[in-house]
Amino acid sequence: MGAIIDIIGALLLVLGTAFLFLGGVGLHRMPDVFNRIQVGTKTTTLGTLLTLAGAACLHPDWSLKLLLIGLFLLFTNPLSSQVLARAAYRSGAKKMATMVTDQFGDEPGDRS
Amino acid sequence: MNSEVLSSTRQSVELFVTLFMFWVLLNGSLAPDTLAIGCVAAFVIAVLFRDGLSFLFEFRILPSSLWASVQYFVYFMKELIVANVRLAIIVLSPSLPIKPGIVKVRTRLKSRMGRLLLANSITLTPGTLTVELEDDWLYIHWVTVEAVDMEDATTLIVAGFERYLERMYG
Amino acid sequence: MVEVLIYVAAGLAGGAFLLALARFVKGPTTADRVVAFDVLTIVAITGIVFAAMFEGRVIYLDVALVYALLSFLGVIVIARYVERKA
Repeated sequence: MGAIIDIIGALLLVLGTAFLFLGGVGLHRMPDVFNRIQVGTKTTTLGTLLTLAGAACLHPDWSLKLLLIGLFLLFTNPLSSQVLARAAYRSGAKKMATMVTDQFGDEPGDRS
Repeated sequence: MNSEVLSSTRQSVELFVTLFMFWVLLNGSLAPDTLAIGCVAAFVIAVLFRDGLSFLFEFRILPSSLWASVQYFVYFMKELIVANVRLAIIVLSPSLPIKPGIVKVRTRLKSRMGRLLLANSITLTPGTLTVELEDDWLYIHWVTVEAVDMEDATTLIVAGFERYLERMYG
Repeated sequence: MVEVLIYVAAGLAGGAFLLALARFVKGPTTADRVVAFDVLTIVAITGIVFAAMFEGRVIYLDVALVYALLSFLGVIVIARYVERKA
């Protein structure tokens, strides 16, 4: 029984870090800041959660602390991405031709 | 006691409870001296920072809202996994099939915490990222824009979470 | 089996770290670098969790938690700075 949980935990670790790796690849493939933020925030959140879950399977007595780290990241990760996206927009990173629509900049009180 | 004082007291109590729970989780023990230190520290912070946001802020303590939280969590996890798989496909396909843009959507949520959670949830779900929160309006960066119209975009992006958050926070 | 998988996972995390580091060096804008920095810190947190597992010491997880807290603050502060500068 314990051996099976160990293997599940190890597989979760590999899956989680695979998502982190994909995030790294995405950082290079995506053409502009906003798409990079998207890839960065989503893959790292799920990747870290899976890794923490894997670690919890391998070390059940650490579960509480791993859960705390997971909850914390779940809350702060998207927040920092949002602040970053807004900062990127205001610092003029929006200048990219590939955007099909930009209803943020269309507003009367243009923020850029 | 007037209602303003009452709501500010409630806010402090909610902050205290959140901080105290964080402390207990962090220590992972229920020894009396640990609890006592946590109690004092949480109390001091709750009194000093009355405006602090906490998870319980404006949360409706009703059985139906608790059930909504559970449903919300399950839905959120499902969306997070879908988001990642979709992004993985986009990143790994040689043609890089993206069609990015920023759309404007509207939320019916009124509470601060509800809106914050909504913005966070949107950031972690398929292809969307909250850029700005302004009154009732949210500006969303979308990797693959599927609807330019505000109403359509609202249905596609916001409605799924709003359903649950509305019952949780109002 | 389990040992091998853990090493594979650690390797993947290392790869993610290098990719993010490359983006951090390349830029081109400050915002790009901050995104890369954000990813770097989160990969570093998983790195600390791996270190905790290899060493079998639970105290490292506290380090990871504090690091998560500080990196969050760091990203917020840098983002504010980028915004102000514009």
